[in-house]
Amino acid sequence: MGGIPHDHYEPKSAWEKGLAKRLPILGLLYDTLMLPTPKNLNWMWIWGIVLTFCLVLQIITGVVLAMHYTPQVDLAFASIEHIMRDVNGGHMLRYIHTNGASLFFIAVYAHIFRGLYYGSYKAPREITWIIGMLIYLLMMGTAFMGYVLPWGQMSFWGATVITGLFGAIPFIGEALQTWLLGGPAVDNATLNRFFSLHYLLPFVIAGLVILHIWAFHTTGNNNPTGVEVRRASKEEAAKDTLPFWPYFVIKDLFALAVILAVFFAVVGFMPNYLGHPDNYIEANPLATPAHIVPEWYFLPFYAILRAFTSDVWVVIGASWITGGIIDAKFFGVLAMFGAIAVMALAPWLDTSSIRSGRFRPMFKWWFALLVIDFFALMWLGAMPAEEPYASLSLIASAYWFAYFLIILPLLGVIEKPDAQPTTIEDDFAAHYGGDDGGSAPSAQPAE
Amino acid sequence: MLKKLAVSIVATLSLSAGAMAAGGSGHVDNVDFSFDGPFGTYDENQLQRGLQIYTEICSGCHGLKFLPIRTLGDDGGPHLPEDQVRAYADYYEVFDADLDDYRAATPNDNFPGSSLENAPDLTMMAKARAGFHGPYGLGINQFIHGIGGADYIASLLQGYTGEEKEEAGTVLYENTTYPGGWIAMAPPLYGEDLDYADGHSNDLQHLSEDVAAFLMWTAEPKMMARKQAGFVGVLFLTILSVLLYLTNKRLWAPIKARYKKT
Repeated sequence: MGGIPHDHYEPKSAWEKGLAKRLPILGLLYDTLMLPTPKNLNWMWIWGIVLTFCLVLQIITGVVLAMHYTPQVDLAFASIEHIMRDVNGGHMLRYIHTNGASLFFIAVYAHIFRGLYYGSYKAPREITWIIGMLIYLLMMGTAFMGYVLPWGQMSFWGATVITGLFGAIPFIGEALQTWLLGGPAVDNATLNRFFSLHYLLPFVIAGLVILHIWAFHTTGNNNPTGVEVRRASKEEAAKDTLPFWPYFVIKDLFALAVILAVFFAVVGFMPNYLGHPDNYIEANPLATPAHIVPEWYFLPFYAILRAFTSDVWVVIGASWITGGIIDAKFFGVLAMFGAIAVMALAPWLDTSSIRSGRFRPMFKWWFALLVIDFFALMWLGAMPAEEPYASLSLIASAYWFAYFLIILPLLGVIEKPDAQPTTIEDDFAAHYGGDDGGSAPSAQPAE
Repeated sequence: MLKKLAVSIVATLSLSAGAMAAGGSGHVDNVDFSFDGPFGTYDENQLQRGLQIYTEICSGCHGLKFLPIRTLGDDGGPHLPEDQVRAYADYYEVFDADLDDYRAATPNDNFPGSSLENAPDLTMMAKARAGFHGPYGLGINQFIHGIGGADYIASLLQGYTGEEKEEAGTVLYENTTYPGGWIAMAPPLYGEDLDYADGHSNDLQHLSEDVAAFLMWTAEPKMMARKQAGFVGVLFLTILSVLLYLTNKRLWAPIKARYKKT
């Protein structure tokens, strides 16, 4: 399967040979599990396993929760309490599922920012990156619809605000919104379709995850140096890599166990820490909560959505040029989706020939600022829409776009990169061989 | 590089947490409840006293419509004996759709809902007013002091200043805990409103804390089972982590040793 030369599966016994002739599934599993993996991967390469685990965890807990949940506006909220009180282990199932969503997003953001720092999106891994972005979009959709299901105040009003975004699209917006909601407002039809889609989309994600894995198994993993595995011969490749099993499986499982210990502490001792208290009040279309705040994982993009108010010059300009078709509300929606779109376009916006940020002295600082920017946006998204947060949101949003649209293209031209190690083996030897070990100029591992 | 970044982010978030706590509306005093912290448990006697206050005072206007009466007998709750639960259920009347009439409640019924239209249901109130120790910051505060909802209720019940005003035909009462400062609920407790069978102190502070503890239980009846499951989970995962750490170290040792210069 992969482009890195390695030993392939050889059926030995008679029944293995027979099976291979009919369905070569053992070969597929063997090649997947024994994939040659760069031996210098650091601890930022564990998030893929965490994410896979999260998807399975969410599907299993979710399927069981669905057995006890009722997607009907008069019964949904009470059915959640039924799960919390009467279903055996129901309170744990639900708390694992809600906090599992947070773990899922912590892992996906770590995974994405790892990719952005080490240039994992660059050729030849663009397709892996694009599929990853699609998974991320579907995750957001799934999480959003899942949050509506308990039918609390934040569920209802979050759904009202977010579906209202589609109403901001010129000409077709109102019709589109009605079509999405199944009626003029968030109601029983909305709850029903959200439940249906919340159940469906994870399986679409699972399909895309298989494509995501297939794509990077074909190109091979990126690694902290960004230097490709030597692949002229099997012997040469073996110097740079180790098989995924057992070396990386055990390493990843260790990391997963540590993360799950923390996760269980949150589920066991403060399961409502990341949730909004208002969602323990049943949805009431007549009472709007004082602050409608989305879940934490949406906050950075929510901040971008709100940043572009009608008094911002780009908004005024866009409105003037388009004759008012792009108003502030629609501009905000475009900016929010645009913030994700520019991230998806990173493979083509980054002009540097150097893959890993480790050897890019200027890039490092801009990237650090991007991470800070992300957390600043997250904080601003939770703040009320007033000064000084509005201005800060605008600055933070501007940097997000500037990073992808200006800094990434420009850095590739003006930056003078540091020397890279010639091979992955050199990097590994420099790390583990002490001061005089290896010929690699970089003895500075990121982790 | 990434490590440095992570440290600075954690620092920023904890700073903003401090700023958030300062900007909260209404004054909430932290109460050291028996159920705070990872090993905190409900005090059965306190829950029973709280149930008495709820029954004699709160239930006049408020309801607990998500709470099955039978759970009063549960472990990790007020733990009333079965005959007392039965007798307690008899105290309420519920509407039966099959009979199309009211009948005496049985343990399998839920508590009635609020009888006063504007009085909110109290079942999940302790979680619906939980903003006091979170959700911002690193959660250490919430980890140690609990979710804060019971503290809010206890503060609210003691937060009346005695000032009143009339607004659009409604009398509002000044309360230092309630967001906005003026609440429509008249002071429900003054201290010594009822006598406890066990002779426990019935001053305003103790009454408020007892009913707040009871409402924490109605909101989170499985808290003790949850903390136990969490503790066992953390314990086993920690052991598993240590074993996997050692396995991983041993597995990689020969690979790393190959590059060790002696």
